[in-house]
Amino acid sequence: MRRVGVFVCHCGLNIAGTVNIKEITDAASKTPDVVVAADHRYLCSEPGQALIKDNIKQHRLDAIVVAACSPAMHEVTFRNVARAAGLNRYQSEIANIREQCSWVHDNIEKATEKAHVIIRQSIEKVKLNELLDPITVPVTRKALVIGGGIAGIRAALDVANSGHQVYLVEKTGSIGGRMAQLSETFPTLDCSICILGPLMVEAYRNPNIKILRLSEVEEVKGFIGNFKVKVRQAPVYVDETKCNSCAECVKVCPAEVPNEFDSDLTWRKAIYIPFAQAVPPAYVLDEKSCLGLLPQACGECKKACDKLGMSCINLDAHPETHELEVGAIISATGYEMYDAARLTEYGYGIYPDVMTSLEFERMLSASGPTSGIIRRPSDGRIPKEVVFIQCAGQREPETALAYCSKICCMYTARHAMLFHHKVPDGQAYVFYMDIRAGGKGYEEFVKRCQEEGGVLYLRGRVAKVHEEDDKLVVKGVDTLSGKTVQIHADVVVLAVGMVPSQGSRELANTLKASVDENGFFAEAHPKLRPLESATAGIFLAGAGQAPKDIPETVAQASGAASKALNLLSSPTLEREPTVARIVNEQCSGCGICVPACPFEALSMNTEKRIAEVAEALCEGCGTCVASCPSGALSLRNLTDTQIMAMIRAGSG
Amino acid sequence: MQSYLYFPGCSLRTVARDFEDSARASARALGLELKEMQGWLCCGAVFPNVADNVMTNAGPNRILARARAESDTLVTLCAGCHNVLKRANLQAKRNAIKQEQINEFNEERYEGGLGVLHFLEVLRDRVGFSAIREAAKMPLRGLPVGAYYGCLLLRPFEEMKLDDPHRPSVLENLLFSIGCVPVDYPSRTECCGSFLGVGAPDAMALLSRNVVQAARSHGAKLLTVSCPLCKYNLEASQKQDPAASSSSEPLPVVYFTQLLGLALGVSPEDLRLSDTQLQTIRGSVKSTVESVSQP
Amino acid sequence: MAHQISAATVTSPLLRKVERISGQNLSLCYQCGKCSATCPLAPQMDLMPHLVIRYLQLGLEQVFDAKSYWLCATCFSCETQCPRGLDVSKVCEALRTIKLRNDLRDLKIEKPSPEMPQQGLVSAFRKLSPY
Repeated sequence: MRRVGVFVCHCGLNIAGTVNIKEITDAASKTPDVVVAADHRYLCSEPGQALIKDNIKQHRLDAIVVAACSPAMHEVTFRNVARAAGLNRYQSEIANIREQCSWVHDNIEKATEKAHVIIRQSIEKVKLNELLDPITVPVTRKALVIGGGIAGIRAALDVANSGHQVYLVEKTGSIGGRMAQLSETFPTLDCSICILGPLMVEAYRNPNIKILRLSEVEEVKGFIGNFKVKVRQAPVYVDETKCNSCAECVKVCPAEVPNEFDSDLTWRKAIYIPFAQAVPPAYVLDEKSCLGLLPQACGECKKACDKLGMSCINLDAHPETHELEVGAIISATGYEMYDAARLTEYGYGIYPDVMTSLEFERMLSASGPTSGIIRRPSDGRIPKEVVFIQCAGQREPETALAYCSKICCMYTARHAMLFHHKVPDGQAYVFYMDIRAGGKGYEEFVKRCQEEGGVLYLRGRVAKVHEEDDKLVVKGVDTLSGKTVQIHADVVVLAVGMVPSQGSRELANTLKASVDENGFFAEAHPKLRPLESATAGIFLAGAGQAPKDIPETVAQASGAASKALNLLSSPTLEREPTVARIVNEQCSGCGICVPACPFEALSMNTEKRIAEVAEALCEGCGTCVASCPSGALSLRNLTDTQIMAMIRAGSG
Repeated sequence: MQSYLYFPGCSLRTVARDFEDSARASARALGLELKEMQGWLCCGAVFPNVADNVMTNAGPNRILARARAESDTLVTLCAGCHNVLKRANLQAKRNAIKQEQINEFNEERYEGGLGVLHFLEVLRDRVGFSAIREAAKMPLRGLPVGAYYGCLLLRPFEEMKLDDPHRPSVLENLLFSIGCVPVDYPSRTECCGSFLGVGAPDAMALLSRNVVQAARSHGAKLLTVSCPLCKYNLEASQKQDPAASSSSEPLPVVYFTQLLGLALGVSPEDLRLSDTQLQTIRGSVKSTVESVSQP
Repeated sequence: MAHQISAATVTSPLLRKVERISGQNLSLCYQCGKCSATCPLAPQMDLMPHLVIRYLQLGLEQVFDAKSYWLCATCFSCETQCPRGLDVSKVCEALRTIKLRNDLRDLKIEKPSPEMPQQGLVSAFRKLSPY
């Protein structure tokens, strides 16, 4: 004879509005093995929890069923209540009569009947639950940050400054990311690299941060607190500890390719420094554009370097795999620009004077392709009439990206004003749909740009851009006046959308994290858990999770760091014990379960010829249980016996 | 000889015989046969643009049903017919309720399984432009031609999917393969005025003249089309008001199959080219290339 | 005089009828104007295409007074360009259809040339009659 207590929550009207609470409470109290049944308006509240605790003590309950909302909401709350009252955590079960009942039905009679069944099933389950204790695992108190942009740098610094070792993995030859490519930042008009540079140097000098440049994450095994990561570092041909950036190698290199830092507006050599303030402060040899290393086709750079007695260059370097053990991973992989050539109505890629906003940004920059002078790519002349097109290929679910990239209204205002500063007799036009300036100081900044820039804002989209003589004819509309308009522009700048960096999807696969429909890393909950991925131990920061501006990125990076520090703050952590269990005598050694496990928690013990579960890796998904033909595998607290009892309770 | 089931449409049998004859002749020269389908009827000229009209679907569905009885592919030439049949075919696949209504009304069932192709798709995807280049015994070297797509070949894009709706290239690539110099001009894909010639002829004339002027100012010596209505509008708008055009000579309009046929060695008579058209072509072949803008 | 707006005007029978016949959800239109920018007939219209939609959204019956929807050539440029996939040509067609089904206009049509392909004649009759 068991002593089960059933507690039914009204959840305000969420449940009580569709389910007859009195009826199901009465029925529960009359169920065999149930000694008390009570209801409450909000069981999750302090008085609600107190009600349960008191009843457990008063009636000497040995199990409780809480009929309320989804376990995703309060399973932990009520397990803790059970524990506080002296029971084992797993002597508490949730009967979800909200998401699975009251919220999806409107017929009160039928919903009530269904709630009866759900509660009866939970009663049967809880009676057969094993009393389990959480599994304790040690935590590797180090972190991995993937991506060396402002998000990655900020997160790495925060974790490192709290005393933990951080590996900062960066795909390119230098950290800095997109922010290094910007000329100024809104709304302060700070020189971007000037405010970023000190953070880059700080990261480089911090003894707790190890920067792995030219590196990518290849493999991730393990689980929260215990990740084993393989990072592949491309051959480092130039020794960063020796290189002093004298640039003699560059002078003699014969291979020239488009410079991606300048958005392909200029050239660089195969041996190059990503940008002047690069960190680590060393040159990079790009083997794809080098004339040949295997066999060596040139070798001039090495000769020049050796002649100076520097000997920084080793043309025989090979890739290296670093095996890292970390407890937390922060993904900060950032963004790139949408391919503007897909917007065929604007002629990007066909007319050289149609540029993307990032290309225009590079042109504005003093360190850019034209030393900060705005020039037409086609003939180098200074443009007088410049058209900026906002929402290019965005907010267009039917023809391009459905979403809004948030920052384009702001940087376009800055672009238009800076253009006017540099070309005082020039005229800037901005085609817009809305002006989104929600951040602190943003609206004021837009006003300033309009004032100082003499910009003509035209509300409407552009239908087509075509070339006539040496001008670009822009056909658009101004919906405010109701007129179609035409501008003969010298340059057209497209504010295209932010998309996740190339390789994000593959990385997400490697991390076993998910991405959303647009390829951005998916957060565990859009409102309340924006910094965690759904995969435990993997945190998100920056534009790799969704388009955002720099203040948000920095805030998110520090937040993700704090989440990581939560994890690293203790030498151990607890994992759910509701994992798979093998009855050794029943295991036939067929091995079908091993490849079935998505978490690689199962392996064959070749000596004993039976399968074994690594409990720390098991996520309790049950796939192996379903695959086992001998029935040797079962899931703790969700056994076949329990399921059958629940089915019987439901069909009785 | 590779044979394709073919739908002529009304205009091609009467006022646009030059289109059909030149298409058939150039097909033959490429080793293809355009075999006329049995029991064809008028396609109805437009695909219904309202949600509650299935009456206008009746004719096209009979055509699809009858074509399906003979083949799994149907080739069209006129852009209007192509638009109607391709979209009727898609609707049959996507809207089972409407399709059932139409089939019941017609008492002739179309159950799918037919692919509707435009002759340009046959040339691009089945024959291939490099094969055409090789077969072009008399390429029209240096002939500056404005390819005019109009609307119905390309749009609605989600249904037609023949080529990029803003910057298509299939006609230009065909022209390149027969030696021509296709001219890039802004109104290649802008409407000629379509049926507005009936009821609002001045509106139509403005649109067509815009196309002609743009082509002419970018160096085209003639326009090439795939639609009898486009041809009519482009020519009529020039005749209506000669003062509006910038030069005294009207810009001739020919079907792309006529240029193709000529390059393949088919006689001008068989292609039904008029003397004026032929004169313009002959006079402009091997002209200097500097004066034209290229895409 | 200010135009009175209420639930009745926003979900007016006129709007509902246009949406039903055109199959377009006019609430989606965010008035970006790309349709007007691309429409080849827009320069000749008294009410721009995006404003035709706007009038309908506001329940303004004087949209019927406009010449615009009679000038639509159904070229589908608007539909190809609309970021939200609306087909303005279908809205114009719906307006014409409502007019033609209810009040057979005294359309004055000049006798077309015998050289006009039947394609043009048939299209025109389809567009200028309720059938």
